[in-house]
Amino acid sequence: MYDITGYHEADSLATIFKIIKADPKAKVIAGGTDVLVKARERKQDFIATQLIGITRIPEMQGITMAEDGTLSIGALSTFKQVEKDPLVQQYIPMLGEAVALVGGPQTRHVGTIGGNICNGATSADSAPTLFTYNAILEIHSEAGVKNVPIADFYKGAGWVDLEPGEILVRIKIAKADYEGYLGHYTKFAQRKALDIANLSCATLIKMAPDQTIADLRICFGVAAPTPIRMPQAEAFAKGQAINDATLKTIGKYCLADTNTRNSWRASKEYRDHLVQIIPARNILAALKEDQ
Amino acid sequence: MAKNNVIGKTEQRWDAIAKVKGQAKFTADFPINHKLHAKILRSTIAHGYVTAYDITEAEQMPGVVKIFLPEDLPQNKFGTAGHPWSMVPAKRDIEDRTLLTRHVRVYGDDIACVVAKTELEAIRALEKIKVTYEKYPVYLTPKAAMADNARRIHEERDNVIADTSVGYGDVAKELKAADYVIKEHFHTPMQQHVHMENQVAVAWQSEDQRWTCISSTQIPYICRRIIGQAVGIPWSQIRVQKPFIGGGFGNKQEVIIEPLVVALSMACGGRPVEMNLTREESIAYTRTRHAIDYDLAVGVNKDGSITAIDCNVYSNQGGYASHGHAIGGKGGTFINALYKTESLRYAAKTIYTNVATAGAMRGYGIPQVMFALESIMDDAAEKIGMDPIDFRIQNRRPEGFLNTLSHVQQFNFKIDKCLEKGREAFHWDEKLQDSLKYKTGSKRRGVGVAGFSYGSGTYPFGLETAGARLTLMPDASFKLMLGATEIGQGADTAFSQMAADTIGVGYDKIIRDAMSDTDIDPFDTGSYASRQTYITGFAVQEAAEKMKQKILKRASEMYDIRPEYMDIVDGNIVYSHNDQKIADLADFAMSSFYDMEHGRAIVAESSVNIHNNSYASGCTLAQVEVDIETGQIELLSVMNVHDSGKIINPILAEGQVDGGMAMGIAYGLSEGVRYNEAGKPLNNNLMDYKIPTTMDLPDLDHTFVESEDPLGPYGNKSLGENPLCSPAAAIRNAVKNATGVAINSNPLASQHVFEQLKQAHVI
Amino acid sequence: MNQTIEFTLNGETMHYSVDVRQSLLELLRDELALTGTKEGCGVGECGACTVIVDGETVDSCIYLAVWADGKTLTTVEGLAAEDGSLSDVQTAYVQDGAVQCGFCIPGMVLSSTQFLEDNPTPTRPEIKRALSGNMCRCTGYQKIVDAVADVAEKRQENADIAPVKFTRHA
Repeated sequence: MYDITGYHEADSLATIFKIIKADPKAKVIAGGTDVLVKARERKQDFIATQLIGITRIPEMQGITMAEDGTLSIGALSTFKQVEKDPLVQQYIPMLGEAVALVGGPQTRHVGTIGGNICNGATSADSAPTLFTYNAILEIHSEAGVKNVPIADFYKGAGWVDLEPGEILVRIKIAKADYEGYLGHYTKFAQRKALDIANLSCATLIKMAPDQTIADLRICFGVAAPTPIRMPQAEAFAKGQAINDATLKTIGKYCLADTNTRNSWRASKEYRDHLVQIIPARNILAALKEDQ
Repeated sequence: MAKNNVIGKTEQRWDAIAKVKGQAKFTADFPINHKLHAKILRSTIAHGYVTAYDITEAEQMPGVVKIFLPEDLPQNKFGTAGHPWSMVPAKRDIEDRTLLTRHVRVYGDDIACVVAKTELEAIRALEKIKVTYEKYPVYLTPKAAMADNARRIHEERDNVIADTSVGYGDVAKELKAADYVIKEHFHTPMQQHVHMENQVAVAWQSEDQRWTCISSTQIPYICRRIIGQAVGIPWSQIRVQKPFIGGGFGNKQEVIIEPLVVALSMACGGRPVEMNLTREESIAYTRTRHAIDYDLAVGVNKDGSITAIDCNVYSNQGGYASHGHAIGGKGGTFINALYKTESLRYAAKTIYTNVATAGAMRGYGIPQVMFALESIMDDAAEKIGMDPIDFRIQNRRPEGFLNTLSHVQQFNFKIDKCLEKGREAFHWDEKLQDSLKYKTGSKRRGVGVAGFSYGSGTYPFGLETAGARLTLMPDASFKLMLGATEIGQGADTAFSQMAADTIGVGYDKIIRDAMSDTDIDPFDTGSYASRQTYITGFAVQEAAEKMKQKILKRASEMYDIRPEYMDIVDGNIVYSHNDQKIADLADFAMSSFYDMEHGRAIVAESSVNIHNNSYASGCTLAQVEVDIETGQIELLSVMNVHDSGKIINPILAEGQVDGGMAMGIAYGLSEGVRYNEAGKPLNNNLMDYKIPTTMDLPDLDHTFVESEDPLGPYGNKSLGENPLCSPAAAIRNAVKNATGVAINSNPLASQHVFEQLKQAHVI
Repeated sequence: MNQTIEFTLNGETMHYSVDVRQSLLELLRDELALTGTKEGCGVGECGACTVIVDGETVDSCIYLAVWADGKTLTTVEGLAAEDGSLSDVQTAYVQDGAVQCGFCIPGMVLSSTQFLEDNPTPTRPEIKRALSGNMCRCTGYQKIVDAVADVAEKRQENADIAPVKFTRHA
């Protein structure tokens, strides 16, 4: 038995807004792979509360492309739906590869990409990838709709810019943010399944016709309290040819841009070491996968 | 010995159908009305004393039946180790715990208990109990607990609960005489069993006013005894039933929750009380494999001979004695079983600390000592430039060697054959050659080998008794009743094959029970020490032989033929000289029940006490690829080779090897319970405690060096625990071969490897 | 705190009033006495509680019972034919020695069954990935993966393979 005080199955966004207005502490739940685990662990805010189930809300489903090429991912898309989606596979394959590494199959069948983002974990497998694609989060509330760049959404460890009564409905990626890019995601964990990242890194690269780097985007998970982009490394990389020296320098800048910490799961020294080598490996893997 | 071709054949395990259909009932699956639920309040410190409890608020919580403090339950001291009771007081396990305690020795110690109508109500009430502690210093390592000023964890005895030394020869002199002396320190981690079914037990007062306990236990009879001792009632007043159990691996060779559950039922008017540990509790607050430190020195000559093995052992016992020194103290015998040496000293201490209590776990101390021994032997071979397989073969004990540390004579001990077979089957030489191509760049390859030896049961250190009962049924099927326990390993299937073979019927004529029951089944101490097919095998054999003789004696009366002229073959009574059929056994069986003149049902029983042991052996060969930039290890291929005598059922034997290898590989690569400085466990969940998933293991390869053991009841010797004794050292040796760096503490998780490579300036 | 839901369970339509606090696992085990589904961790890690919901495997311990409303569920009890004969996946598990203690097996068999529906011609790595949410401590997964590969192969050889009926005393 979960220690909850009630359950509502919401059939529309309006219903959610109404319930939360009456009970601001009511907890929104999608696939439950995170919320119910926290309830089982008796984490504060996850017990003695009402749950609002949202998985049947139509406008939060499906993955579509707008006329201008913007991809729109319903927040309730499960990891499996994202992985198998033809639009994802064609235009933003790195996202599919990243969510394919979440937990095990059962988790990917019910866990949602929206939930992955909203729980605010720096280790979320979808997050670094969405950071590099400059994803825009479409957030609805009774007051209307706001569009928030994902980098602004993450405020701290487990803390995102989402007030009670605000719901992440869709995740959007503009054409300019995926067209011509190659990518690779590395989840660094002890196991190949059923694990969380000790460090993760998404790398997107666009090559210029002269075989120099036209654009490079790197985002780490678990290298700071939130997923974090690498501004110095990215700025340096523009116009550079790909060679050992470039890759090494990218690694150095990444070390400067990250803020890893010591934990029993992995030491700061080890994470700092990996921070310097994984982007280079990702770049080479992305380019190799293209061949 | 096998005669009717039932032994040695793959027979389908009888319980598999029920298990794939979801019919097989485990402890939590029985419908029991009006069941109450118990939850333990666990200490949030690792060492100290509870000076005060406040249960006023908790008692008011909905659904609470009763809250128990230590004083509310019997205070008898008892031990939890699944050993046979000893008639000699000095040989008994240390009795150092009570049902609940104010004196906290480990984080998560059982300091109070709530019984409520639902599990959730029990949990909510637990959270309302307020506890005041007096804190003591926390000792996580043997070194800390052995320090001069260290406080006693149990007032009655020193933190060093045992200190023994065995061996022969003059180690100091022989080390001096050696061409080379290799000295190394090894550390092994605290592995946890992680049986998929957590500990669960339910107890109630039965109609006869005694106490019934259904439990997921490997040792029903020992469980009955320990409940009796802990609760303080005669053992006859307790009935333990064991249904299917979801794995045990030694953790259920420990009586952890059953005494408390019975005591709670007694305190709740005999109502059924169930306790179902969570995964978090099972990993952190039950038992673990002992973490052991070894200081080893080996003297070796240029010709490959070994002059001395000197081994100092520090076994981390955790907060309670449990199996205690039986584990850390055991290694010397099996070092001695493997290697010729002029001198040997094995000095072992077992030390209380404030980490989780260590107990029995598959391998019972041998995976630890083999990690240390087979690492240093590999280094010794390398030192003198010898092939590691040749080195081990050269130093093997000769046939018939009398192991003076255990007084067991080693017949049919085939470690050399295992190594030879492994070299060929694993393509060792080719893989060794192949790995030479990967000695530069970020991905380095190497191969490694390690051997082991293991006993069949506990003789001569422990009592080895077992019983069996066979009942002839009217259609010439036989009900086989045993106190030995099926815990997933397939023991019941093997026993059925043994009975069938000896009686002279097909395997499908033997019927076993899903439930073991101390009120019904013959006495047997249970499933541990890889003892059952060996020890209980003798009991099954004796009962089956008696059954056969009884059948033939009766047949002699009925058919007027002298019994010695008859035999049972393929379910028929036949003339033994030409197999001519005398009677269908089914017709005979019907008569044995209902014939007016001869009808008397036939039952045969045995009870044996076995005074021999057959040492098994084997080895692991492994090839790894090490990413020297990240420290990640990929196990490319791995093979176990086993000398376990006659294989009773090949497919079940393979299954035992697969599972043991997986556990041994993970022991080498990923597993270990971790603590913070205050002694709080950090990774007691399946996300953070890294047992392998399907994707983390390569295909597991294995082969057997099969032979008829001259002592084993059906030519067989141990196999259950053996497969996990050598993978960790083989992997360590392969990593050394790949990188040139010898890492002497497992698991070889990527960060640890990275740090070691960095220290060795490989990165 | 009950809600009435309607769902199909092992081919049977059910109307059931469920406590909204209940997990699907608790509904199955405690209310419907379908104890084949096991609990090994309670937090969606071990996969012992796997059931199939609308053609996808889920961990029923972290799946609210009310979510079953309108859905089609299969548990391990729903795999064998009405006469009790085993499915080909169950048969392969039995014959290939994939079963030891059996605690993970209901979940493992369900994951295997659904996976082979979705991917009838799997590679060995694909089988391993499909079963990576089901932990087993007895088998090292070797014979489990073998069994699934075996079924796929047999299905490809002969699409009409008849389910084998087992009786103990043939």
